[in-house]
Amino acid sequence: MIQFLLNDQTVTLHAVAPSMSVLQYLRTVLVQVGTKEGCAAGDCGACTVVLGEVWDELHPQGQQSALHYKAVNACITPLASLHGKQLITIEHLQQGDSLHPVQQAMVDCHGSQCGFCTPGIVMSLLAWWLSVGQGTASADRHGIELALSGNLCRCTGYQPIIEAAQQALASTDDHFRQQQADVVQQLQALQGDPMDDQGDTGSEAMQQNVQFFLPGSVSALARLLEAHPQARLVAGATDLGLEFTQQLAQPDTLIYTGRVQELTQVIDTPEQLIIGAAVTYSNAQPFLRKYFPAFADLLNRLGSLQIRNQGTLGGNVANASPIGDTPPVLLALAAKLKLTGTQGSRELAIEDFFNGYRQTALRAGECIESIIIPKLSANTTLQVYKISKRFEDDISALCLAIWIQREPDAGGSGAGRSTVQAIRIACGGMAAIPKRARATEQVLQGTLFSTADVDRAKATLSQDFQPIDDVRASAAYRLAVAGNLLSRAQLELDQTLAPEKLSLFGTAEVAAHD
Amino acid sequence: MTDTRFKTDSALKTNTLKGATGQSMQHESAVKHVTGAAQYVDDLAEPRQLLHAAVGQSPVACGIIRTLDLSAVLAAPGVAAVLTLADIPGHIDIGPVFPGDPILADGAVKFHGQPLFAVAADTLDNARRAALLAHVEIEEAPPLLDPQEAIARNQTVRPVHTMQRGDAAAAIAKAPHVLEASLSVGGQEHYYLEGQVSMVAPTEDGGMQVWCSTQHPSEVQKLVAEVLHLPIGAVTVETRRMGGAFGGKETHAAQWACLAALLANKTRRPVKMRLPRAMDMMLTGKRHAFENRYRVGFDDSGLLLGADITVIGNCGCSPDLSDAIVDRAMFHADNAYFLPSATITGHRAFTNMVSATAFRGFGGPQGMLIIEKAMDDMARALGKDPLEVRKRNLYQGPDRNLTPYHQTVSSETLTKVIQELEISSDYWARRQQISDYNAGSPLLKKGLALTPVKFGISFTVQHLNQAGALIHVYTDGSIHLNHGGTEMGQGLNTKVAQVVAEELQVDLQHIHITATRTDKVPNTSPTAASSGADLNGQAARDAARTIRLRLAEYLVEQQGALRDGIRFANNQVQFENSSGAHCMSFAELAEAAYMARVSLSATGYYRTPKIHYNRSTASGRPFFYYATGAAVSEVLVDTLTGEYRVLRVDILHDVGRSLNPALDKGQVEGGFIQGMGWLTTEELRWDEQGRLLTTGAATYKIPTAADIPPVFNVALMEDQPNEEATIYHSKAVGEPPFMLAISVWSALRDAISSVADYNINPPLDTPATPERVFWAIQAAQQAAATHPNGANTP
Repeated sequence: MIQFLLNDQTVTLHAVAPSMSVLQYLRTVLVQVGTKEGCAAGDCGACTVVLGEVWDELHPQGQQSALHYKAVNACITPLASLHGKQLITIEHLQQGDSLHPVQQAMVDCHGSQCGFCTPGIVMSLLAWWLSVGQGTASADRHGIELALSGNLCRCTGYQPIIEAAQQALASTDDHFRQQQADVVQQLQALQGDPMDDQGDTGSEAMQQNVQFFLPGSVSALARLLEAHPQARLVAGATDLGLEFTQQLAQPDTLIYTGRVQELTQVIDTPEQLIIGAAVTYSNAQPFLRKYFPAFADLLNRLGSLQIRNQGTLGGNVANASPIGDTPPVLLALAAKLKLTGTQGSRELAIEDFFNGYRQTALRAGECIESIIIPKLSANTTLQVYKISKRFEDDISALCLAIWIQREPDAGGSGAGRSTVQAIRIACGGMAAIPKRARATEQVLQGTLFSTADVDRAKATLSQDFQPIDDVRASAAYRLAVAGNLLSRAQLELDQTLAPEKLSLFGTAEVAAHD
Repeated sequence: MTDTRFKTDSALKTNTLKGATGQSMQHESAVKHVTGAAQYVDDLAEPRQLLHAAVGQSPVACGIIRTLDLSAVLAAPGVAAVLTLADIPGHIDIGPVFPGDPILADGAVKFHGQPLFAVAADTLDNARRAALLAHVEIEEAPPLLDPQEAIARNQTVRPVHTMQRGDAAAAIAKAPHVLEASLSVGGQEHYYLEGQVSMVAPTEDGGMQVWCSTQHPSEVQKLVAEVLHLPIGAVTVETRRMGGAFGGKETHAAQWACLAALLANKTRRPVKMRLPRAMDMMLTGKRHAFENRYRVGFDDSGLLLGADITVIGNCGCSPDLSDAIVDRAMFHADNAYFLPSATITGHRAFTNMVSATAFRGFGGPQGMLIIEKAMDDMARALGKDPLEVRKRNLYQGPDRNLTPYHQTVSSETLTKVIQELEISSDYWARRQQISDYNAGSPLLKKGLALTPVKFGISFTVQHLNQAGALIHVYTDGSIHLNHGGTEMGQGLNTKVAQVVAEELQVDLQHIHITATRTDKVPNTSPTAASSGADLNGQAARDAARTIRLRLAEYLVEQQGALRDGIRFANNQVQFENSSGAHCMSFAELAEAAYMARVSLSATGYYRTPKIHYNRSTASGRPFFYYATGAAVSEVLVDTLTGEYRVLRVDILHDVGRSLNPALDKGQVEGGFIQGMGWLTTEELRWDEQGRLLTTGAATYKIPTAADIPPVFNVALMEDQPNEEATIYHSKAVGEPPFMLAISVWSALRDAISSVADYNINPPLDTPATPERVFWAIQAAQQAAATHPNGANTP
């Protein structure tokens, strides 16, 4: 049984096809057609809806009993994953004749032309507007751009939409804020539903031979995996969802990781940051911002906000795509994975996890429980670069991460000018797996990381990587730019160039982009 | 009834009417858009027993169909019918102008993914799954994918065409400087957010009711009738709105309506056909990619003396609209510049790709790009600022005002736009700042460019320059407005309603906008060529004036009104008769006229005057007038990676006397960003087998909110009424701003050439992806190292 709030009404479903998306449910079952299908692949945002979630004690990072709003793509969100959440749709914003402040601002600023992307844009702006009110989103232009990063508009050129967002901030009250306490209570009541109390399997959506499991603990998850070896794990469904909408796959058993306690927590110890595999990018970002700012910046360019609100670090790692954005960083940071099955848990260096193209060291019945990232010590730096055709919501042509540990700087010659004690360089998009540049690291080991050192190192990159030509970039470009990114890293550490002459985002006009 | 509140006609009109022309009214559907209440075809209530259709596709780009066994398709769950060519009672070719577009592959396969058959099932997923089950055998042949090879092999969809004035070859031969270069211009996917969709229901009379997301309902009507062998009058097409179109629903919406109609005919059930995004991208045409060349002769001052320009449009596998599109590329190969002698040659290459089609600008942008490249290249060859060379070559004065197709250009606005923008954008001071910045910045380089646009307004196919409208006035004064144009987001319905509000002097809220329907206004032209408001606004004005005239006649004949004293103003009508001055509301007048048996329904009609063109001599006046504008773009390029950002854009655009400044500004901004996408991140890729690789937004990157310039100053020219008698002296605005984005591409080349001290003309095909920019930088650096004194290698 699945229970959630559809706007202000409780919905109880006893049978849900695992592949049924929230969008299909809205448009074809409920015939609430305000939410549009633009691409059915999580890439355009026309289907954006807002989820309200109560973060409870399972999420130490969350404020207890507060309702958090996030925009997601309805087209790839499994309906069954809504259990215990509030689903807010475009139909619920208007109160009588009066439009919601974000709607009114969109009208006033001429923010719609053909109108097809508009419901999705309004929902993204709603989530942003509510989050600004809660202090969890930035009200400035960069914040607006992040909020709109997953919403394509082909008509307006976005300028009036950005203006609408700014205008909407003039209002601070709406029915969502007024009814928040009630909604929290309603959702907490749903959390406590008897099916959930069974603990082991959690809620279960049954339809003859097809099942959707929502376990609450990692042990329950492991037992389910053992009992259903054909089952697929689903976290954010930002990749798996496409198998249903594009390849028309009809999975018979899915196990949802988003309610597993161990997988949805972040543990912050003095030496390590332990991120549950099902923690979304968005929820991980504040922690990464604190300890690994370059990693947090990268996340702003990983998918769109809708994707970051759904997708998870564990999913990105387990998917083992050569172009996943987090594995190169995790490789550079020498992260470890905690892998758990019914036989217990083991730790594995992430470098040993990727066996081949989309092949991993995960054994049958095992899942990734968490990702263990050692924190940076003194004299260490992390730099991360992503190259893609478009800055927002694009897949990497290549991604490069460099972790460097230097000798303690005795001579006062300036940070970053002492000898390289240890170095890890990892790339995505350069090989069949996310991979370390061992030969290049060797060249740089023990050097002063000077221009000449980096130039020598660049020449060895072709020993580490033989990239391919594809739709995103040519092999030659990938290799040449990977080398130049080493130069960029060197220049950044060298600090001889002013920011506005070093970074596209360093100039005053675009300083808002970090 | 005497009312003394009103003094004069002009006092009456001053800002009292809500929604007259010139006011920035919101889009008529704005509230519906933001609440999700606006209905698109897929949102309409579904008729009982509706079936959903999908197509089966060719796995190869070129070949002969040997076997097409659909037994497994027919046996699949939920399937109600399959459709092959043999099931089609009427025409099988739906080519809009020339034949070549069979509705399903006719023996031969001409592009990858081409529909081979269609299937209708109870759900869309069942139809899609069933469509994958066909047993197909195709004798494969190597596909032709290179347009230049196609021309070399004489594989064309239409014959070559040439425009000529003077002796270009002789002028170039005598010129002090000669340059030549080539440029590959990429195509563009429309990426309308609403994909292609049609729903069709059989009527009780054997006809068809069609709801279609199309820019051209009349053509859909005609083609549905033809494939079904029905009279055109038996088919009705309705289009309330489209979720974007941009040219992609001008001819390429018809196939899906026709297939749905054929399946509806076969099953006698309603059928909906909606293309999933990947199929939409595979199966419908895109902007033509072009291979262009120039050879120009010029003097020391940068003045062009002769130009020989060749454009090759990659038309894909059928003519579709390519003849007119390549013509428009040729019509715009001069852009804003006088070519004293010119030869412009346009080829229409056949390739085994989906037939390329209309897209905002209709070939114009691709043609314009080559002359803008020439301007930049000439300037760098002479060590001059490109703006100086551009200004030197503008159309100006009585001696330099004739286009290569012998139309006279009135250049006053063009000169003014550039002059004003040069000042408002602070071009020359910024040019200096940028030079200084670049001199002290080894990694990052800035670039700046000002490019103008002169875009010809009218369909170059003359008979399309006509429109109709239908207006009903009801006895409470409410007004029902219908016209032949379609609403795709541009705000056409709003503008046309403002015209009617102005003519009848009633508030806009009294005018009810209705869906475009072929049974209300017949034989309409596509809403295309930026002509929507020009044509339909005039037709609606004609209808409104007819009604106003009838109402005035009524007052004269029945109320003894003095003909000259009748004033329609601010929702009221004033008149004088022997008993004095009177005033009544528009609604009262409508009621009174009805009681006096006056017809309150009228049609309106318009055809564009003055235009004529003789294609055999390539001379005449194809365009009623030109729309103009200019843009200055500033970019910042990372020479290590080729990544870049557009930092600032200033636009000044001429829309004549604007019908609705807010909507016009929206067209300018939106057109610019769409053009910027075309020239920067939007890259279509095919593999060697002719398969489109970029079939979704994951790989095909249109601009997002973060891509727009942080400083984006957009202004409309003030006090610049169209000198031609267009609707309230406004100008068309749909397409022209798209080409303002050429300034971004030109600014990128400016930044790149700075790595070689502006001596090198970097090769930069479009789209200028970070990778292309990177290689252009490499080429410029290399050329500078090889020829330190500057070798012009355009």
